[in-house]
Amino acid sequence: MATETHGEAEAGLVFHPMDQFQVTPLFGAGPVEWFTITNATLWMGLSILVIFVILVLGARGRALVPTRSQSIAELAYGFIYKMVEDVTGKDGVAYFPYIMTLFMFIVVANFLGLLPMAFTTTSHIAVTAVMAMAVFLAVTVLGFVKNGFGFLSVFWISSAPLVLRPILALIEVISYFVRPVSHSIRLAGNMMAGHAVIKVFAAFAPLVLISTGIGLVVTPLSILAITAMYALEVLVSFIQAYVFAILTCVYLRDALHPHH
Amino acid sequence: MTGDIVQMGAYIGAGLACTGMGGAAVGVGHVVGNFISGALRNPSAAGGQTATMFIGIAFAEALGIFSFLVALLLMFAV
Repeated sequence: MATETHGEAEAGLVFHPMDQFQVTPLFGAGPVEWFTITNATLWMGLSILVIFVILVLGARGRALVPTRSQSIAELAYGFIYKMVEDVTGKDGVAYFPYIMTLFMFIVVANFLGLLPMAFTTTSHIAVTAVMAMAVFLAVTVLGFVKNGFGFLSVFWISSAPLVLRPILALIEVISYFVRPVSHSIRLAGNMMAGHAVIKVFAAFAPLVLISTGIGLVVTPLSILAITAMYALEVLVSFIQAYVFAILTCVYLRDALHPHH
Repeated sequence: MTGDIVQMGAYIGAGLACTGMGGAAVGVGHVVGNFISGALRNPSAAGGQTATMFIGIAFAEALGIFSFLVALLLMFAV
């Protein structure tokens, strides 16, 4: 996001909390073109690799009594399958592979981003906006293909009083087109904010090296705060991936059954 | 005292935009609090409604994240 080079001019322990989100070329220096292999590319590739190891290699045994890695894959599969079935209904199960792909990519990218020195790909709106726009376009096209122009009845709430319906239709249209924005920024904002907060506390942690007076109070407190925020971030990483997947299911349900 | 008045306004605006997060906090707390109070009255029905709770949280939280976005835009884009 920020293109300026923060914190590099100052020496020592000073760093900018947003530095961790900088996209830099992996090999050599130079401008970042669309084809440049950057750290974002590396960590997205690593996410795919981890998903492959968990879901393909881990579940390869097909054992009746699952091994540890197989049970992780089975838990993830069963969890998402049940969610799609509950929220979207029986006919939404056909789109389960897409939602499973989205969920696994986001949850693994979030968890990999929690590793120290890692790059969080999902903290970039460029990454999440592509996923959200893909969901938005797919759901809109699917709604028109499945229902024809009857899909427009998603904006016309027939259970509301007739006087209110035009106003509600306006609100519904606006909220429909805000969906990709809120869908993408929710994930990116959560990941970015959490990581930035950890880095802000990390900047306070080495204060004991500078002044032993106030440092003796601030350093343990900030290390405690980093630990607490990290635990919260582990939770948030999972919940945000879950929320992204469940909102995709909700949008899918609207496309399949537009009549309220 | 360096910098121009536009940057000062942007920073003040970014700080003010962050007050919107308090609204999101109230909203999320309201959703979860009501879910818990309902779940304690009828624990057998609670399991099936967890997904609905998360959808409600997501919608309440989206508006707080918009204020965060405004703050970021003021800090880095304006």
